[in-house]
Amino acid sequence: MANTQSMCTSFMGELMTATHNFTTGTGDTFKAALYLASATVNAGTTVYSTTGEVTGTNYTPGGITVTNGTSPIATNATTTAGVAYWTPTSSLTYTNVTLSTAFDAVLIYNSTKSNKAVSVHTFGSQTVTAGTFTLTMPSNTTTTALLRLATT
Amino acid sequence: MATVFTTKGDMDESLLEKKEGFVDNDNEYTTWVEYWHEGELVHRSVHVQLKKMPNFIGVEAASIG
Repeated sequence: MANTQSMCTSFMGELMTATHNFTTGTGDTFKAALYLASATVNAGTTVYSTTGEVTGTNYTPGGITVTNGTSPIATNATTTAGVAYWTPTSSLTYTNVTLSTAFDAVLIYNSTKSNKAVSVHTFGSQTVTAGTFTLTMPSNTTTTALLRLATT
Repeated sequence: MATVFTTKGDMDESLLEKKEGFVDNDNEYTTWVEYWHEGELVHRSVHVQLKKMPNFIGVEAASIG
C-alpha cells in the first residue's frame, strides 16, 4: 500500500460542524504522527491510529505537538474567490530518534477532538539513525500554506 | 572538536566518515547527513523542507434557483 497526500475528507465535513478550532492559544491541540511507507493514510483516514505508525527509539506513539502560533487567515482575491489558510509556526522536529523502517508521511490530527484526522503530507521515503528528523513547513501564504481552502 | 550523537554514544566527528546528499523536487527540498564508523551507519539525520502543498479543496457555493 502507499500513503497519499491529501486533506482528510472527514475533516472537511467536520469543518461544517465546527469540530476543529485552529485559534492560537485558545484553540485545539494538533499533533503530527509519522507513518511507514508501507502504511495507508490518505483522504479516507478519519482518525489517528497506531496502525502503520513508525516505531523506534525516542519516538512516542502519537508523535509530537504542532506549534500553532498563527490563527487561520482568510483573504479575498476577488468578489467571488478567496483562500483560507493555516500553517504551523515551527518545524516538526523529532530529536535523537532511530526510525529504521522507511517512512514517508506525516498525519496532522486534532488530539483535543478524539484524534480526528486533518491532513496527510508525504515526502521522499526516509530512515533516521540516532539522529533528528526535521520537517520544515512551507511559507504561510495563500499559495503555499500547509492547509488551504480555496474557492474556485 | 565537534561531537556527533551516534548509536555508540557521542563520538568525535574526526573518527567518522561523513556522507551528505539532497533531493530537490516540486514538493520538497530534503537534505540528509550520515556518519559511518568502521563501515557501520551510526548516525543519519534528515531535514525535509516542504515547499508547496497542493490546493486540497475547491469550495463552491451553489447558485439558488
